[in-house]
Amino acid sequence: MPTFVYMTRCDGCGHCVDICPSDIMHLDKTYRRAYNIEPNMCWECYSCVKACPQNAIDARGYADFAPLGHSVRALREEAKGTISWRLKFRDGREKNFVSPIRTTPWGSIKGPADYPAPPPQDLASQQLAHEPDSLNIVGGLPTLAAGRLKRKVA
Amino acid sequence: MFAINPFAALSATIPPALMQAYILAMIVLVAAGTLLDIVHKGSARYFFDHWRRSKGKARGELGGGEMASIAVQTAVVDVLSSGEFCSARRRVAHLLTMYGFLIYVVSTVVMVFNYSTASIWPHLWWIGGLMVCAGGYWFWFFIRADVVAEGNSPWRVMRADLFVLSLLASVTLGLIWALLQVNGGGGAMVFFGLYILATTVLFGSVPWSKFAHMFFKPAAAFEKRVSNANGTRANLPAPADKPAQFGSARTAPRHY
Repeated sequence: MPTFVYMTRCDGCGHCVDICPSDIMHLDKTYRRAYNIEPNMCWECYSCVKACPQNAIDARGYADFAPLGHSVRALREEAKGTISWRLKFRDGREKNFVSPIRTTPWGSIKGPADYPAPPPQDLASQQLAHEPDSLNIVGGLPTLAAGRLKRKVA
Repeated sequence: MFAINPFAALSATIPPALMQAYILAMIVLVAAGTLLDIVHKGSARYFFDHWRRSKGKARGELGGGEMASIAVQTAVVDVLSSGEFCSARRRVAHLLTMYGFLIYVVSTVVMVFNYSTASIWPHLWWIGGLMVCAGGYWFWFFIRADVVAEGNSPWRVMRADLFVLSLLASVTLGLIWALLQVNGGGGAMVFFGLYILATTVLFGSVPWSKFAHMFFKPAAAFEKRVSNANGTRANLPAPADKPAQFGSARTAPRHY
């Protein structure tokens, strides 16, 4: 469901240009309004839809599963920490959802810079960052014991 | 210097009737350009089609009082105080440019049609021109999204810049000309010629520039407020009413 921009609502602030992970939201050279330069390459991540402060970006459903008349729109409210969804179906039904922007408190996830720098010898190790602690393999790697296997389990 | 009407000094060289005819021609150019723009892009047809569709899906009929209230809110918040902008810097730059342009244009018309006017008008002309320069150059070098967000050079010019560039050129050249005209400096007529050229481009390029946004943006803002009031909300969900259940202390986004 690639995105498109309602030109009369867009004020050309550039939030969508900054946030698009596919780098396909650009500013139009005639009116300095945002537009999706390559809908085929849209990841449909809805980042721009949620980031747009004017709610000027919408997603266009593919014709095979989302026929004319449907609508899927999101409203991100930063101050409340919520994202609301409104789904309209072609037959007139409507569903509304509200979700938190995130499920963990703001600032609770440590960034890479918050950890102490690894010692130089770790660069030669095969282990990745935080391994082996993050693998939860205290007592050894998990193995399949022959005696614990059952045959022909329904 | 700021109390002298520069157009009065110019009347010795150029007949006042010619200057007044030029201003009338510019008004005609803006009106014709805006009409051509509306017809060519079909913006009025789009607006009224959208309006009818939105009205058909409305959850409740809006009364005359509510419509009047929405019209006042649109005029005060969206038009007079540029309330639609999400960024304070963009809003301040827009307000400086918008009010500066209005003061500048009105004082120009008054000074050209009445040379012996009070000295308040030349003062307003300078203040308006400097406001346009402050807001316009601030926008051009530091706020433009294609420079700030896309990382393009501030010197990269595209068609979307036609309006702001011709406006800045017109006002800047006008102020330089007035400075030379009042102080008797050489080259005043050269700058006057460039000033007229930039002004003609500004008002003559309406169908190709974003000049007409001062007409269609208020209409779009009004339609947005009406759709929020009648429940269609352009299919957007209503604001969340139970934020407490998601309790999450808010911090500023990291990418801005």
